Amino acid sequence: MSTQPVAVAPVPRGALSNRVGRRALDWAPAAVVLVLALVFWQESIAVFNIKRFLAPQPSAIASAFWDHRSELLRAGWFTFQEALGGFVIGCSVAIVAALALARWRGVGRALMPYAIAANAVPIIAFAPITNAWFSPFDKTSKMAIAAVLCFFPVFVNTVRGLTSVRPASIELMRSYAAGEIDIFRRVRVPTALPFVFTALKIATVLSMIGAIVGEYFGGSFNALGVLIFSKSSTFDFEEAWAGIGVACAFGIAFYLAVAGLERLALRGAPSTEE
Amino acid sequence: MSVVEIKELTKRFERGNVVALQDIELAIEPGEFVSLIGPSGCGKSTLLRIIGDLIKPSSGTVTVNGKPAPRARADHDYGIVFQDSVLFDWRTVAKNVALPLEMLGWDRARRKERVDEMMTLVELQGFGDHHPWQLSGGMQMRVAIARALAFAPALLLMDEPFGALDEMTRERLNMELLRIWDASKSTVVFVTHSIAEAVFLSTRVVVMSPRPGRIADIVGIDLPYPRGAQTREEPRYFELVTQVREALHLGSDLDQVPVQ
Repeated sequence: MSTQPVAVAPVPRGALSNRVGRRALDWAPAAVVLVLALVFWQESIAVFNIKRFLAPQPSAIASAFWDHRSELLRAGWFTFQEALGGFVIGCSVAIVAALALARWRGVGRALMPYAIAANAVPIIAFAPITNAWFSPFDKTSKMAIAAVLCFFPVFVNTVRGLTSVRPASIELMRSYAAGEIDIFRRVRVPTALPFVFTALKIATVLSMIGAIVGEYFGGSFNALGVLIFSKSSTFDFEEAWAGIGVACAFGIAFYLAVAGLERLALRGAPSTEE
Repeated sequence: MSVVEIKELTKRFERGNVVALQDIELAIEPGEFVSLIGPSGCGKSTLLRIIGDLIKPSSGTVTVNGKPAPRARADHDYGIVFQDSVLFDWRTVAKNVALPLEMLGWDRARRKERVDEMMTLVELQGFGDHHPWQLSGGMQMRVAIARALAFAPALLLMDEPFGALDEMTRERLNMELLRIWDASKSTVVFVTHSIAEAVFLSTRVVVMSPRPGRIADIVGIDLPYPRGAQTREEPRYFELVTQVREALHLGSDLDQVPVQ
């Protein structure tokens, strides 16, 4: 053939500063929205004379955070550990269960109805019960809640990923006389990874919610949920709001960390490149 | 010894009690390029998969390289290319081509050497580090062909490999395939529903008819190799195209005969 093959070259990776510059530009609209929202919030509370227990001004929340920053961050870290523990337990069990289900369909028929039923249970309502099981001051009681919350999305998505392999891929592997284990390792698991990461990102946020709500029903005084709950009952709303802000920050950081892992694990997949 | 030998083959799908293939007898000799052509539902893809032991026949025997089909599959006696290139997005092009070599336990150095050879064969040098989704459809298909031939199988099975490509790309890949076939000295079984493609490529065209799938006629193609753009303009080419077309229609007409 005389003509040279023509392909779309991958986007060249420019200098680092270039990338950072483009990144900053990507985020600019969001930053503008944030600033506008804060200004609107700050001003409207003064203008409409809104009571501080309904919504304190952002500046008051910021100063409450600054005054209590070590207490708040320590509490945030404590709660994050509970969330992380629950996340690891819940996601591991979910992935192992999903692998078993995809490998042995009989296991699936035995497990799936219960997974669906378990998902219908309002897990948060179990917080007082896990407190009774593990003692409210033990991190395990909150991990249990977080783990159960994480389980279902990760389980369902992993099963979906493992079973969404194109039939032709399986035929190709069978033409190489590949066994089930080879097909699993080389086709099913890589196909499932994007699904798994989507679920893990959902689970980061769920695990923080699980840990904090679990703490509302009693927990260590070092815990963020306990702090938010007790500050709002003593009308210390600025610090309660600051606590919510810290919870958000930990949740977002957790999410971004998993998203970073995803980018690392799925290098070269079309969806992770701009 | 025939590369493929099929005797008294019948395939019945239990679901719907459909007879997909009936009384198929076919022998394919080394170095042949045999096309299976016929309308949808004539069982040509099923026949290809039975040769590859991806589907079990209901009765009859299939031998590949003198061995029963399951043994031949276990021994990696054939490579296969599907209509969809079936490249794995998470692997680079080079690693896609290396996949069967990994399964055969070749070491890294030997794999790399072979992959480079194959990339040259399909004229994709320099694209090894690309990902499949960065290539055009025609290039993806060439990668799939390189992967199928990577471990130098005696037999190449192709299931409508160019069916999803545009006409220009298809004609170009037809010529490339002939060059690769000549260079690799393999035997090809090629499923298509394009008469022009079948006549242009093949040494023999097996015309199949549907319900139940059976061989209606086998047309020998005596056009000389190497074939090129001028082949498609020769009177003999048109005669053969006509012959295959008539065989196809005759096969379908058999269906119109009322059952006594």
